[in-house]
Amino acid sequence: MAGLTPASLTADAPAPAVAAPRKNRPTSPWQEAWRRFRRHRLAVASGVVLLLLIAAVTLGPFIWPVAINEIDFTAKLQGPSWAHPLGTDDLGQDLLARLIYGGRISLAVGLAAMVVAVVVGVVVGALAGMSAGWVDAALMWLTDLFLALPLLPLLLLLMYLFRDHFKRLFGVEGGAFILIVVVIGGLRWMQVARLVRAQFLSLREKEFVEAARALGASKLRLVVGHILPNALGPVIVAGTIDVAAAIIAESTLSFLGLGFPSDIPTWGSVLRDAKDYLDIAPHWALFPGAAIFLAVITINFMGDGLRDALDPRRVL
Amino acid sequence: MSKMEATKDGALLSVSDLRKHFAVKGGVLSRVVDKVHAVDGVSFDIAAGETLGLVGESGCGKSTTGRCILRLIEPSSGEIWFEGADVTKMDATALRALRRDMQIIFQDPYASLNPRLTVGAIVGEALTIHNLVKSRRAHEERVVQLLETVGLQADHMRRFPHEFSGGQRQRIGIARALAVEPKLIVCDEPVSALDVSIQAQVINLLEDLQEQFGLTYLFIAHDLSVVEHISTRIAVMYLGRVVEIAPARDLYDTPLHPYSEALLSAVPIPDPTVKRQRIMLQGDVPNPINPPSGCHFHTRCPIAKPDCATRVPELRESRPGHWVSCHYRG
Repeated sequence: MAGLTPASLTADAPAPAVAAPRKNRPTSPWQEAWRRFRRHRLAVASGVVLLLLIAAVTLGPFIWPVAINEIDFTAKLQGPSWAHPLGTDDLGQDLLARLIYGGRISLAVGLAAMVVAVVVGVVVGALAGMSAGWVDAALMWLTDLFLALPLLPLLLLLMYLFRDHFKRLFGVEGGAFILIVVVIGGLRWMQVARLVRAQFLSLREKEFVEAARALGASKLRLVVGHILPNALGPVIVAGTIDVAAAIIAESTLSFLGLGFPSDIPTWGSVLRDAKDYLDIAPHWALFPGAAIFLAVITINFMGDGLRDALDPRRVL
Repeated sequence: MSKMEATKDGALLSVSDLRKHFAVKGGVLSRVVDKVHAVDGVSFDIAAGETLGLVGESGCGKSTTGRCILRLIEPSSGEIWFEGADVTKMDATALRALRRDMQIIFQDPYASLNPRLTVGAIVGEALTIHNLVKSRRAHEERVVQLLETVGLQADHMRRFPHEFSGGQRQRIGIARALAVEPKLIVCDEPVSALDVSIQAQVINLLEDLQEQFGLTYLFIAHDLSVVEHISTRIAVMYLGRVVEIAPARDLYDTPLHPYSEALLSAVPIPDPTVKRQRIMLQGDVPNPINPPSGCHFHTRCPIAKPDCATRVPELRESRPGHWVSCHYRG
């Protein structure tokens, strides 16, 4: 039976067990999710660390105004010191400044690639979920096709083929950024598309969607107002994991020398430059590695927290 | 009451030979291998201002009938006449206009409200869709008015559905349906999911609203005592067909069809001293993919004769206003 709450004799009084739980203020499902997220200690701690990381890379250049390409051979391959808190590389360049600059690129690539993946995934998934029949079949066939592609070789091939073209169009850094974001995002939308389609298939049969149809709502209104907002939970979780995966993908590309040009530091390219000096200057590889690790793991923990917070079946 | 003698001309809604077959797909190529005969030739009229109760077991096609009338499900064949127009042939524009005249109230008050919208947004959505109010002020005033009409308060409009009990949610669903000032409301088991004490409140509310706004109801339910209370006339469905239609009192006092008889004998009497002969039907409802030949009920009918398996009984008027489809009764 649905009416498990104590039956109030007059319907005018709000049901005591359900309404007005703590404050007398209405709580939206998103506020409720935020409350649940805050109870997830690991996720909250991760969020704080990630915010610190983001603050460090955005505000860092103002606090540590050292040029990223200032070559000083007298101070090459030095370990951490007061002059160079994270040490220097083989050209005597300050690693802290390079990691701050590289962090901006790595995190920006992660976020932008996630946005591309989520937007493409939501559009494909929503189209497939709303249109039954051959459109749905064709789109899911396309999704399966993309899922079957070997990611890394394709990534390398695309970068190799289009790098110069994009460099001419958008400049050295801008071209590389756009190409990397599009390629990584364009190869990671499939999970989101499947999730969104599955959500749409179940949500569009729900009675509240039927009620909106009975009111005369247009298809666009059904999708934007009723189905999509209720399908977003899993998409947000998948999106956070996409950020982490995109950061790793960018690092991999840079490590293999097909990401940003070598004079532009990213976490991955610093790691690549460091690999030949692992025995004499381990700090050089350690710090960018730690930065990647920290960013990815905190984002994944936040994804865990969001998944729990957005899952109404879990009691928190 | 003259309402009871609903004819094709005087009826607000007239359904004739409505059918809905769902395709069962199978195999590698998703070919149609079978059809579920959910609604298999249903005809009835509803006069303006009356309540037609539609009863039957789960899966007999009651809800499908209701949804076909609103074109939430596309009927396979048949005609649905509403105010001089055939609903089954309406294009998108006409259908949009029809939404203002016909509404639906759902069974599950938890699934029927969008959890991400405030009550105000849910109730007021129709006002936006059909441009029924001029300003935001008027919009809000109308929402408050609707909430108060169904016994809720103005400050409930900023709350979310999960903050309400089942009965209150059902009131929200009713307010949403009333927003367009409809003429006909299809009530799809509106109280089946509620506590008994709340059921009475919601039923009384529906009756008050009917009186206040001159509403016409198609009241779908499987609980006969609820239907008896609210209905002017009752139609009994079995396996996609109407087996009996009669004024409510008539059906309860003298049911003609053996299936109606069996259904009514299952209604509990709130008096332990009264003993009643219960008619136990044998077996289960047959599979609607492959319904029995002739009279659908002959496999379970206590008075079935051999020719019931071959001849399909017509719905015929055995007494004024009392229609039954049985070869041997009435």
